[in-house]
Amino acid sequence: MVEFALPKNSKITGGKAWPKPAGATETREFRVYRWNPDDGKNPSVDTYHIDTSECGPMVLDGLIWIKNHIDPTLTFRRSCREGVCGSCAMNIDGQNTLACTKSMHDVKDGAVKVNPLPHQPVVKDLVPDLTNFYAQYASIEPWLKTTTPTPQKEWKQSHEDREKLDGLYECILCACCSTSCPSYWWNSDRFLGPAALLQATRWVSDSRDEATGERLDNLEDPFRLYRCHTIMNCAKACPKGLNPSEAIAELKLKMVERQI
Amino acid sequence: MNAPKSPSMRTPLARVRALGSSHSGTSDFWRQRLTAVAMTLLIVPVIVVVLMLLGSNQAGAKQIFSSVPIAIIMLLFILASAWHMKIGMQVVIEDYVHNEKIKLASVMANNFFCIAVALASIYAILKMSSGV
Repeated sequence: MVEFALPKNSKITGGKAWPKPAGATETREFRVYRWNPDDGKNPSVDTYHIDTSECGPMVLDGLIWIKNHIDPTLTFRRSCREGVCGSCAMNIDGQNTLACTKSMHDVKDGAVKVNPLPHQPVVKDLVPDLTNFYAQYASIEPWLKTTTPTPQKEWKQSHEDREKLDGLYECILCACCSTSCPSYWWNSDRFLGPAALLQATRWVSDSRDEATGERLDNLEDPFRLYRCHTIMNCAKACPKGLNPSEAIAELKLKMVERQI
Repeated sequence: MNAPKSPSMRTPLARVRALGSSHSGTSDFWRQRLTAVAMTLLIVPVIVVVLMLLGSNQAGAKQIFSSVPIAIIMLLFILASAWHMKIGMQVVIEDYVHNEKIKLASVMANNFFCIAVALASIYAILKMSSGV
């Protein structure tokens, strides 16, 4: 059966409460998941207080403030700090999102709770191991595949055909959607997940691509594609406002279309 | 004592590709929707038949089932619902049962159960409608 409970060594125990910054008038409490692979201990949730008068408004600003002023061992990924790179995807207040575009003011009650993306192996603290996620993306072969010799100039595409890629090409592969999907939690070894399937739709929908049928062949599988039961957690989680459920439904429609 | 299980040395892409695509699943996806639509259409007449059957004895039931349209509606409903039940339960098994042997046994048991329920129901309807 699927494992509904956490393994023993993943159960959260205790955690350190760090003192409030001296002299701060306005503070905000952060509760952050901590796990160090080197100390052999179980994960814990540490409590920090940030000085909001010294800190930017986003959750990522808070984490960077903690790292700079309280605890330099706190580990997380971040890069662009403007919702383009997808590095700082994490679970904030129970919702997968990007720490750089999530305002701490939008977390209404009490502490800002920060955890790594759910149901992925943790490398350290808030850093998940996304090896399988990236391999699934590679498996859909996300590049233009053609047999016709490459033209002297560009591959042409009408405005209408280009519009079909809207809502698909904007994905930044942050993994918020896939790691919010229960089907992905239970079957991520075989189900490709919403992010890879949204990208698969992006290439299946590309008018310039000449491998549409092969792409559909590669996806037609009870596990790779049909584990999606359209519960739409992915669309709710996507920090870019995309709808992977709709993209997957498009794939299923194309599967039926070529049979009937 | 069991030897400790060594970690897989396959590449992540090899693990994702695994045994490849089975090129199936669309038929079940389509049939699940087909039977859902069929049941939506049939459910009102079926409720009417069930209401007609309320309070009647076996002779009365035989009388009702001797009508060809009623017998056909009930047969279609049994077929659609048993098929839908089989596909739906298989999806649940595939979602949650990960041990390959238990999964195979469960899928097999599900098939047997659904076929048995369907055949028993069809036999009963045919028996009643033929007046035996």
